[in-house]
Amino acid sequence: MDITVNILLTIATAATPLLIAAIGELVVERSGVLNLGVEGMMIMGAVGGFGAGYLTGSPWIGLLAAIIVGALFSLLFAVMTLSLATNQVATGLSLTLLGLGLSGMIGTSFVGQPGVRLPNLDIPGLSSIPVVGRLIFGQDPLFYLSIALTAAVMWFLFKTRTGLTLRSIGDSHSSAHALGIKVIRYRYLAVIFGGACAGLAGGHLSLVYTPQWVENMSAGRGWIALALVVFASWRPWRVLAGAYIFGAVWIGQLHAQAFGIPVPSQFLSSLPYLATIAVLVLISRNKRLTMMNTPASLGQPFVPDR
Amino acid sequence: MMRLELVKRPQRSALFQVLSPFIAFALTMIAGAIMFALLGVNPFTAFTVYFVQPVSEVWQLHELAIKAAPLILIAVGLSVCYKANIWNIGAEGQFILGGIFGSIIPVLFPDFEGPLVLPLMLLLGMVGGALYASIPALLKTRFSTNEILTSLMLVYVAQLFLDWLVRGPWRDPQGHGFPQTIQFGDSAVLPELMPDAGRANWGFVFALVAAVAIWLMMSRMLKGFEVRVLGSSPRAGRFAGFGFNKMVFFTFLLSGALAGLAGISEVSGAIGQLQPVISPGYGFTAIIVAFLGRLNPLGIVAAGLVLALTYLGGEAVQTALGISDKVARVFQGMLLFFVLGCDTLIHYRIRLIGFAAPKLEAAPKLEGAR
Amino acid sequence: MSANHDRANLLEVRGLTKIFGTLTACNHIDLNIAKGEIHALLGENGAGKSTLVKMLFGSLEPNSGEIFWDGQAVRITSPGIAKKLGIGMVFQHFSLFEALTAAENIALSLNDGSPISTIAAKARALSYSYGLPLDPESLVGDLSVGERQRIEIIRCLLQTPQLIILDEPTSVLTPQEADKLFETLERLRSEGKSILYISHRLEEVKRICDRATVLRHGKVVGHCNPRQETAASLARMMVGNEVKAVVRAPAEGIDTAPALLEIRGLTRKPATPFAIPLKNINLTVRAGEVIGIAGVAGNGQGEFFESVSGEVLQQDTGSVRIRGKDAGALSITGRRLMGAAFVPEERLGHGAAPRMKLSENLLLSRHATDGKSFVGSGGMVKNGSVYSASQRIIAAMDVRKSAPDPEAAALSGGNLQKFIVGRELDRKPSVLVVNQPTWGVDAGAAAHIRQALIELARSGSAVLVISQDLDELFELSDAIAVMHNGELSAPLRIAEATFEKIGLLMGGAEPGHAEHTMETA
Repeated sequence: MDITVNILLTIATAATPLLIAAIGELVVERSGVLNLGVEGMMIMGAVGGFGAGYLTGSPWIGLLAAIIVGALFSLLFAVMTLSLATNQVATGLSLTLLGLGLSGMIGTSFVGQPGVRLPNLDIPGLSSIPVVGRLIFGQDPLFYLSIALTAAVMWFLFKTRTGLTLRSIGDSHSSAHALGIKVIRYRYLAVIFGGACAGLAGGHLSLVYTPQWVENMSAGRGWIALALVVFASWRPWRVLAGAYIFGAVWIGQLHAQAFGIPVPSQFLSSLPYLATIAVLVLISRNKRLTMMNTPASLGQPFVPDR
Repeated sequence: MMRLELVKRPQRSALFQVLSPFIAFALTMIAGAIMFALLGVNPFTAFTVYFVQPVSEVWQLHELAIKAAPLILIAVGLSVCYKANIWNIGAEGQFILGGIFGSIIPVLFPDFEGPLVLPLMLLLGMVGGALYASIPALLKTRFSTNEILTSLMLVYVAQLFLDWLVRGPWRDPQGHGFPQTIQFGDSAVLPELMPDAGRANWGFVFALVAAVAIWLMMSRMLKGFEVRVLGSSPRAGRFAGFGFNKMVFFTFLLSGALAGLAGISEVSGAIGQLQPVISPGYGFTAIIVAFLGRLNPLGIVAAGLVLALTYLGGEAVQTALGISDKVARVFQGMLLFFVLGCDTLIHYRIRLIGFAAPKLEAAPKLEGAR
Repeated sequence: MSANHDRANLLEVRGLTKIFGTLTACNHIDLNIAKGEIHALLGENGAGKSTLVKMLFGSLEPNSGEIFWDGQAVRITSPGIAKKLGIGMVFQHFSLFEALTAAENIALSLNDGSPISTIAAKARALSYSYGLPLDPESLVGDLSVGERQRIEIIRCLLQTPQLIILDEPTSVLTPQEADKLFETLERLRSEGKSILYISHRLEEVKRICDRATVLRHGKVVGHCNPRQETAASLARMMVGNEVKAVVRAPAEGIDTAPALLEIRGLTRKPATPFAIPLKNINLTVRAGEVIGIAGVAGNGQGEFFESVSGEVLQQDTGSVRIRGKDAGALSITGRRLMGAAFVPEERLGHGAAPRMKLSENLLLSRHATDGKSFVGSGGMVKNGSVYSASQRIIAAMDVRKSAPDPEAAALSGGNLQKFIVGRELDRKPSVLVVNQPTWGVDAGAAAHIRQALIELARSGSAVLVISQDLDELFELSDAIAVMHNGELSAPLRIAEATFEKIGLLMGGAEPGHAEHTMETA
């Protein structure tokens, strides 16, 4: 019983950063912008979060720093693609490459240092209820935040007028511009929100998941988050489901390695990546679903006539 | 509060087409100087160590060629992909598979020697890279799966596969448990060009040949025209009768084969055996090289040399000034950013607008004109 | 300040100027619109009409000039300000969102924060009261062009504007739908609203407009009362000189001429969620004749063109036959090698690659048919011969350009279209299929292109013209068929065809010719 609870808890911990980063990217893509820099923003958030936490001793300050670093880093992408109309694919890629390099440089002195960990929630009485107690009342704060964030984004996109406007920009930026909607301003805000989320997800890695700094510790999670958005066909609740499936795969292969299953560990480690490919193939086979849901102006540069 | 406004040029600017890489390079230097200053190093000292010392002697130029060769080979292939608006970003994985496939002969058949060995290895390397690249191509054409994500995921898989090989079945039994294969025999090692002067090997020649060949194809041949049309306006390409799916395979197989060739050249030439890590991220840096060379194979040769210098400079500042060699990656990333930004100047003029909206000039009054 | 401005004028424009790079799109434009009038803005394609209204609606900023609204000087810096003043706009290229519902589309431009359900109810009520029924819950992507225009109009009316700007509203309507629209406009005028009506169709301007302002090359060339003018005098004002009328010699002995293009039971499933399926299309085009296909945009013309050209292949290889041979399984290159040539609707991005030179764009459609002269051994392109061939076409079609071999995007629409049509004519194809030959092209170039198409047919080729412009089809065709919702009517000989009959077919009325309508269920 305890093992099951432990596994479920670790799955949630593995799924949370994927969920947070993917939800952020979902909002970005709903506005019609494709930011392939999630991995870079995430690793910057991780190093920023770790550094601030390590220097101040407060994981909360670390978390705040992760968010700010992620948002600032995404601002670079926003200026390039929105104000200078650069190619979004190339710019996103370079954001990732820059992030991996910069984080490595900043983090040199953090390697091997003990980090600070964000404490789990502990409500006396409730958290000690057998089984459900720890699952529902004893997890790290970001777990609750990630669920709340998903719900909030769902509400925002589909129940508010601002959300409708954001979706309309993703569908056709030229129509939106003709109606007088501030396309670029909305997209700036969406990209920065996505950056803040990716930074927070990185902060989760270095302040909750493994409270230390390891170079390249995001290990492709940013890319998996991007894949999750496609897999979810741009629906928040499907991102939630997808993140937990991937969390399960991630944890499953770790446990399989620990149990000494007679399969080389490298093969087990490659499972999350292979699973990503498999899932992408499955979802993109359904062309109608993909076509109906893909924001029509995704990845197209927009330069208004004035 | 300022904002930028882009004004489309009627024709692309020939001036900025030439100037833009230089402006980008200058901006990178400025940003780099600020970075070194923040790290507490005199920027001039740092720049000397970074950019001048690594290329001040002949043997060092050979090292530069060794680093530049894989970058150019991979980037030339990627440039064809990107021109066709097809996004292979998994060259790192194709590089690794090329290295693995090419090593089949020296690792599994070490007794097979002679002049045939090396050509066969190179060929196998190209086949390995191309086969690995055909996976995202197949998934894209059959199921419209996004090739960016699949080709990238396969990089992680390739790294883990190589790790398993050199720790498992291909490990050198006499290697004292080190994770590496046996040293390649003499006929399996890519010869050096001028052994007396330095270590540079035939890999650099392959890179130059590939660059010239691809340049000819892209600028003079119908195939290159096909790539450019499909990349810039896919519907016009379909109207021309060019098949998009065929193009996906063509570009992936070509770039995969060149990455594979780079991989086996590196393993056979610079390293001499397989190790858990055979690339310091060449496959990703080559993306920067491709864009810095603005997807022109001849420009890529120059860009490859510049980026190779950032690697050497990174190592140099680490030993001389005690700065992390990650500084190389930062330089590369910044350079790519500035290049992309400056390219905007080719198609647009940039206006800086203050917070207040521009005023209308009052037009002369035309009283009673009607 | 406002003393010399007539209070009866709702809108006054003084010296409005807009410059794009080297092009002065609007040059000191003056315009007065009175309360309760329908005011026509007449002009050819490229005369500056759209630029002018975009400035009035705040989507473009003028370089200089003044705008007075109700006697007050105003600066319209965004569409939001235009809406607040009381200016509403019905765009030519609709500014709608396909993935959203009609009600959501309307809500996006209202900005009043009321719930979607309230807006939907209001829109439904208003649409019925004006006789333009609308289902607010439907997805825009699923709607026809006419229905989309209704959303635009209702969206505009819900903002209770004083001035309504309509940009080429009838170009997407059947003649009967246009009549309906005119009734709506007249009712709006009787309610005291002003309407700025942009068109290049002279008959309808004469019919409904009180006053007209005529633009040519970005300048106002005159104000008039269209009811007192003739279509010919209006055309002269618009074009500046007489446009040569297209001459169409009667086609001789067509019925016995060989069939060069045959479509037999062509059927196609929709490839994308919003595409139109093609249903059992039959058509024969014989040597020497021009056949026109009329229809409102979005009724399957694009899908039909793709199928005939071979951009999309057919399962039944006999469903498209060229010069008596099955071609359904052949690619567009294969069909070209059989002697067919094609001109698609979109110039930039389909018929031509915008960022490529004209000579490269010549190679685009002729690399295979002229393989020997344009491509050498080893796949090397013979740039010299391609270049001289492109210069030959430029001379033959009188293509005006600013550089010897400019990029396609640098040419005006009319000149690029002349080049694209000329590129195919230069091959002397035995079958030519053209979609929208003169869409957005000025009158002189249009006449040139139409004449060239007729001459190609009379020299023994089969020409198939798909167009939404009925005037054009009546000018060109020996017979006209109508495409509606993926079905094609039997062609009517031009002697029997009238606007009335074709219009009814465009609206989906049962065709009188029963022989071709038997098996579609």
